[in-house]
Amino acid sequence: MIVSLRHGKVTLALHGLRPAGSGRALLLLHGRGLRSPTMVPERVAVWPGPIWALDFTGHGASSVPRGGGYSVEILMADADAALAQLGSLTLVGHGLGAYVALLLAGARPQQVRGAVLCDGPGLAGGGPRPVTPAVVRPVEKLEQAPDPFALLELARDVRPPDYATSFVRQACQLSELDRPISVCAIERPDWLAAVVEEPGAAVTTLAEALSHYAR
Amino acid sequence: MSESAVAADPESVAYPGAQAPARRRFVASGGLRIAVHEWGDEQAPPLLLAHGGFDFARTYDVFAPLLAAGGFRVVSWDQRGHGDSEHAALSTWDADVRDALTVLDSVSNEAIPVIGHSKGGSLLTHLADACPHRVSKLVNIDGLPSRARHPDVAEHERSRLLAKELADWLDHRRIVATAERKPGTMADLARRRGRMNPRLSQEWLLYLVAAGAQHDADGWRWKLDPSMRFGGFGPWRPEWTLLRLPGLPVPMLGFLASVSEPMGWDTTEEMLRPHLPLDAEIHTLPETGHFIHIERPHEVAQRVLSFLA
Repeated sequence: MIVSLRHGKVTLALHGLRPAGSGRALLLLHGRGLRSPTMVPERVAVWPGPIWALDFTGHGASSVPRGGGYSVEILMADADAALAQLGSLTLVGHGLGAYVALLLAGARPQQVRGAVLCDGPGLAGGGPRPVTPAVVRPVEKLEQAPDPFALLELARDVRPPDYATSFVRQACQLSELDRPISVCAIERPDWLAAVVEEPGAAVTTLAEALSHYAR
Repeated sequence: MSESAVAADPESVAYPGAQAPARRRFVASGGLRIAVHEWGDEQAPPLLLAHGGFDFARTYDVFAPLLAAGGFRVVSWDQRGHGDSEHAALSTWDADVRDALTVLDSVSNEAIPVIGHSKGGSLLTHLADACPHRVSKLVNIDGLPSRARHPDVAEHERSRLLAKELADWLDHRRIVATAERKPGTMADLARRRGRMNPRLSQEWLLYLVAAGAQHDADGWRWKLDPSMRFGGFGPWRPEWTLLRLPGLPVPMLGFLASVSEPMGWDTTEEMLRPHLPLDAEIHTLPETGHFIHIERPHEVAQRVLSFLA
């Protein structure tokens, strides 16, 4: 089943991969240029509650806006629209989705019950500081998913380590979890290298993290 | 004149020295409709003019004609979400710079002078750095960067502050799909804008309502996209913008306000000086607020025309 959510002028596709069941939902956030899986991935099937997956703006079955203007903060608000629909949940993000999961865990520390950060496309973003400014315009056909503006702009967003850690600290201080962030990714862009040094983040496996947050 | 008569003919509202654009057209920026406004002879050398955040091109209705009279084709545009341009789903600094280049492309393939106020000045400073082959001279009207406003907040405090900003912003994003601007009379809109523009006259603010608001069945509304709001957050650091200045590849003329007001950036010449390129010319205007070109249109236009000559 697909639930349509409004976020501003965009319609987001929220996929119920296993919508039935009691307990807290697990929400999957995909990597840059990707889309939600159509079935429950085997590696998260042990989750005891419902399992959902969100297509970000300009990706998968979500609508593609005109003229670009993507930021990871807007994708965080995409995920927040799913949070408003599903209630308290646990996040599993891959690549770009991992960074978005971290931001939402810090921004909604009461409702996000753990964020699991996994490898995937777009984990590094545009690096820790701005590169040479350039005006980028896609050459691919516009208005189809994945939006070429999203592919370009979400490869350039700056991710300073201390910006990332401020979200970990906020999740730590304002949630009731002792380890709101679980890091399963092998890749360590600067922001993630800083995140794993924080007291509220644990380096672990996806299986262990799911079992930890399912309690 | 009645408000419905103004709605039928917004050009009927006059202001001393103000002229509506001579030409209006649209360009597509990545498929997004951007409204372009022009003053002056179409065959004259072009220059690009960028408005500030929450403003629109026609806030230049007094300033632009003075530049046009100096021999320029003055080309301005409504930034996405502002004025007559499309209300985009997404808006970022890079997208605004891209829209600026699209407008520039629509008038010239060469390097031309660019002039911007506030956010517009900062956008064009960015454009000059990103596309130095497209900008010949830069005029920045009180859009030069300043340092962070709260450098002394402790780490824990900052986390609390961030938490509230984040939650407020996300709460706002949850309602933007159905958000509308508040309707009112022309005087209501002028008064509301006056809070952010306390130094501008009531007559001018009423003129702006006729130029930048629409008349709906239940009253006037600013055309500005209701999803736009003050404040925000993100990874950007003011010092990164300051670092753009020393290597600026084109001559720059900068104006700074001397009176602090809500929309102002509070940048001072003393703070900027170590970051400026050698040939930058900066004028701090006495007894002047953030909207320097509206408070002193003739003086600013004269200095700009001398700089461009």
